[in-house]
Amino acid sequence: MLEVSGLHAFYGHIEALRGVDVTVNEGEIVTLIGANGAGKSTLLMSICGNPRAAAGRILFEGGEITQLPTHQIVRLGIAQSPEGRRIFPFMSVLENLQMGAAVTDPGHFDDDLRRVFELYPVLEKRRHQRGGTLSGGEQQMLAIGRALMSRPRLLLLDEPSLGLAPLLVKQIFAVIREINEQQNVTVFLVEQNAFHALQLAHRGYVMANGKIVMSGSGETLLADKEIRAAYLEGGH
Amino acid sequence: MPANVTRGGSPVNCKGFVMEYFLQQLINGLTLGMIYGLIAIGYTMVYGIIGMINFAHGEIFMIGAFVSLITFLLLGALGITWIPLAVLVVLIATMLFTSVYGWTLERVAYRPLRDSPRLAALITAIGMSIFLQNYVQLLQGARIKPLPPVISGGFRFMKESDFVVTLSYLQVFIILLTITLMLVFTYVINRTSFGRAQRACQQDLGMAALIGINVDRTISLTFVTGASLASVAGLMFLMNYGVIDFYIGFLAGIKAFTAAVLGGIGSLPGAMLGGLLIGLIEAFWSAYFTVEYKDVAAFAILVLVLIFRPTGLLGKPDIEKV
Repeated sequence: MLEVSGLHAFYGHIEALRGVDVTVNEGEIVTLIGANGAGKSTLLMSICGNPRAAAGRILFEGGEITQLPTHQIVRLGIAQSPEGRRIFPFMSVLENLQMGAAVTDPGHFDDDLRRVFELYPVLEKRRHQRGGTLSGGEQQMLAIGRALMSRPRLLLLDEPSLGLAPLLVKQIFAVIREINEQQNVTVFLVEQNAFHALQLAHRGYVMANGKIVMSGSGETLLADKEIRAAYLEGGH
Repeated sequence: MPANVTRGGSPVNCKGFVMEYFLQQLINGLTLGMIYGLIAIGYTMVYGIIGMINFAHGEIFMIGAFVSLITFLLLGALGITWIPLAVLVVLIATMLFTSVYGWTLERVAYRPLRDSPRLAALITAIGMSIFLQNYVQLLQGARIKPLPPVISGGFRFMKESDFVVTLSYLQVFIILLTITLMLVFTYVINRTSFGRAQRACQQDLGMAALIGINVDRTISLTFVTGASLASVAGLMFLMNYGVIDFYIGFLAGIKAFTAAVLGGIGSLPGAMLGGLLIGLIEAFWSAYFTVEYKDVAAFAILVLVLIFRPTGLLGKPDIEKV
């Protein structure tokens, strides 16, 4: 579904991606783990065209999207819940969700809204509250909800567990599985919480210094000695 | 700016007509303030979305006044003299033509610099301001251009006193037209998909693109909206003062910019409020103190606001990005 090959991209003046190859198949949950500054967020953003690839190709459902403007890439069916959540702070929860559906057929807005409220009942309670006044966990739910409102076929999630209480982390991951299984959305998940992410994902990639250094099924990576040492047991 | 803000009486004969005199200044100040407010919205919208002060916006207003004048003269030559029709045609013509200028300005001068340092865009804006002034000066000549009064007459109040308060039909026209435009504009910003896209871009340009909004198009439309409102202000200025030249955009632009900052740059209701306040300050200052120092008064208020309330009256503090 998504094929990234030989991707180079710059974050400011730093070459953050130095030849990245990643494949995500339809129906999968694929996770990308790695330390801070490894280039994970840059990869998600450059799939959406910002920063633009300096070299390499990105294919989505067989079509080349490497040079498309961001809004056109997104309209093909890719939604992103980006680093830092980036809720529209002066818009209500409801308006934020409306914005997520900004470029889709308004006919199924009510259905989609109901589905998001079923996943995250707290959003329904807060629907008239300004996005900027939500707690971190609620903002995370809103960011994912907003991404779902566009009926994406591929969902890009950037550290949905960041800064959340352990109970909320569990909830967020349970919802990701639900979205994947019941709504048939392919998920590409960037995480620092490697343990949860690898348990959830079908496959995983490990990134360091702008390159993919390892890949395999979730279980394989979980069992790997180096991975355990580097990302799971706090031994950097 | 021609000082007709004291129309209806001069400070000399105001003694004994305190109420009448005050009312007259209120009317004059509101009218003037609405013109400033319409221009200020363009500054605040553009600042809100791309974080730059479009110093050529005053020139867009000036071009709006010139397009209005030319259309009036054309209609006169064609023999279309029924005033409501003529004004309507001029209104539509100036909004259309001036928006094209606004659109082109962004497309040619600002878009290529979108990712450059802010200083580059700022200098370009000043450059475009000078360019547009000279462009109009070359095409239209440097002399002031007169327009005979189009709408004359008015309501007169307090006729029993010696100081008759006048609300001219032109002032009524300016006030009603501004209110109508504000209602339409508020509706567009709050209820339409362009309005939502505009607000999303204001709050987070990158995120707006990530949800599929065509950011370039939204920015273009923002310039078009700002220019068309400024062009209406140009039409009002032309009809109110009866004379224009290529230089009117400078002072009016700075005043409207002051209004936008006073109201809180980035805030749309703030721009209108700031415009009204600047208009009122000017009118009352001219009436009760001296006409010569009315600009000083307006700018002094700006300085005070910036010292004690840097975000302006209705401005939002910057949201901390996590």
